[in-house]
Amino acid sequence: MSNNSGSTMVEKILATKAGKDKVEAGDLVNAKIDLALGNDITAPVAIKEFERFGLDKVFDPEKIVLVPDHFTPNKDIAAAEQVMVLRRFAERYGIKHYYEVGRMGIEHALLPEQGLVGPGMVIIGADSHTCTYGAVGAFATGVGSTDLAAAMAIGEAWFKVPQTIRFEYDGILPKWVSGKDLILYTIGQIGVEGARYMAMEFAGSAIGDLSMDGRLTMANMAIEAGGKCGYVQPDKVTFSYLKGRAKKPYTPVYSDKDANYNKVIEYDINSLEPQIAFPPSPDNVRPVSEASGIKIDQVVIGSCTNGRIEDLRMAARVIKGKKVNPNVRLLIIPATQLIYRQALEEGLLTTFIDAEAAVSTPTCGPCLGGHMGILASGEKALATTNRNFIGRMGHPDSEVYLSNPAVAAASAVTGEIVHPEEVM
Amino acid sequence: MILEGNIWIFGDNIDTDAIIAARYLSTTAAEELASHLMEDIRPDFPELVKKGDIIIAGNNFGCGSSREHAPLAIKGAGVSCVIARSFARIFYRNSINIGLPILECADDLSFLLSGQDRLQVNLEEGLITHLQSGRSFKAAPFPPFMQELIRQGGLVEYVKARLNKKVS
Repeated sequence: MSNNSGSTMVEKILATKAGKDKVEAGDLVNAKIDLALGNDITAPVAIKEFERFGLDKVFDPEKIVLVPDHFTPNKDIAAAEQVMVLRRFAERYGIKHYYEVGRMGIEHALLPEQGLVGPGMVIIGADSHTCTYGAVGAFATGVGSTDLAAAMAIGEAWFKVPQTIRFEYDGILPKWVSGKDLILYTIGQIGVEGARYMAMEFAGSAIGDLSMDGRLTMANMAIEAGGKCGYVQPDKVTFSYLKGRAKKPYTPVYSDKDANYNKVIEYDINSLEPQIAFPPSPDNVRPVSEASGIKIDQVVIGSCTNGRIEDLRMAARVIKGKKVNPNVRLLIIPATQLIYRQALEEGLLTTFIDAEAAVSTPTCGPCLGGHMGILASGEKALATTNRNFIGRMGHPDSEVYLSNPAVAAASAVTGEIVHPEEVM
Repeated sequence: MILEGNIWIFGDNIDTDAIIAARYLSTTAAEELASHLMEDIRPDFPELVKKGDIIIAGNNFGCGSSREHAPLAIKGAGVSCVIARSFARIFYRNSINIGLPILECADDLSFLLSGQDRLQVNLEEGLITHLQSGRSFKAAPFPPFMQELIRQGGLVEYVKARLNKKVS
């Protein structure tokens, strides 16, 4: 790679935060952290490691976010003890952004909603879906608990500057096709390690037209292609989303026209169908027309991938006036308290309850087989979540299919996977 | 450090849900996690794996969730080293950070047989030797920064050293 070429958004952000004029893919840098995140699964390990430093303060109590969202509301005594570790740590070190049940949400829906993430930031989270915040133009990546412990102590983390693949989506999104379908299609094309260690830059006219909720869904699943991060460069959609929401001033960062990409991949999405990821891998993707007739026992609409208001609206539009199939349990999980309230005020929750769906308080719950909808041996689920690995939602002999919320809602009505048009 | 052990072979894209299922994440104790290592894809593995054993895997080992419980469970089971064709990035940094030895080796190791073959591994040199045949293989070297992390015993020790330097 030549020194004279331009830089990608990620290269520029990492250079700035590492105090360098320029960095290139492959460089190892120590970068300052603008925000560090942990949850009730990962933070207890981080806190245990942090205590080994023997410090009486964290690097910055305003730049640490702790969200008990995975096994909450506490599913058992062990989960309650884990959350207690977070709560006590937050109290002791004056962590400003600790979100208790009743005020919380699924972390990757909550942080953007609360305006804690913005363009140009470096964000690490001890959760693989931290890559979600690339949707607002941040460099955001999942790390482990020990990384979180170190960041809480020194406010820095080490990174290998990733190469970047640019994805250009051109065309108009067909009806019932969403950001979820774009990302599932992409993962299906490049595979679960197609972007391993790399940044995924999402661009093209279809991305320009895509809502922030749709972009958050796409960046969220960059990890499912092995990506270090996924991002959309800030534009008018970004700025209107951040207006009145961003807690701090921000500086947008853009890729140069002559930036060095690992490759550029173009997709024409004019005739894209809703996509389904078959078990047991998120890259086992086929159009919904090739999934018809697959009987399902449970449908989950929610998660950090698809539990936002636009997702609930899409599901409600499909299911309004209909009933969930008698052989199916439909679980609806608004991702944050605010989304829950908005869905209530818009009448979406009434629509779901009239359809005989179960509506839950925000939780990651069933997505990772934690609680609130575990599958028995031999059962099949269709979920708007992000992973369908063996045993992901319960018994190792159960299976998970992934889809967008409209397909999930329609399939809950018929009891088998269908295109939304079939129930409209 | 020179390691020697029996091997266990796994395929491509072994995800962290397979390494340690989410239902066991209510603990941070390595030994407890180890008692469920790989349980969903190989139910007898926690019984069979012995201290010092080596895991051999294909591409993208440790993909999926960021749970550090995955390398912790492997370490807790006494596995001395994981050798894969490639690692998912969060698993890779977690292993370096907690001091679980891992090696990336692009050579074809498909002739190896689980539970039969024995390997010797020279971690510093990245040299892998098949003890029955004497054949040897080279792993990708670690960049100097990571060698330093490994030498200091992981990220916590590295940060401790930095914090001490600031004070003095």
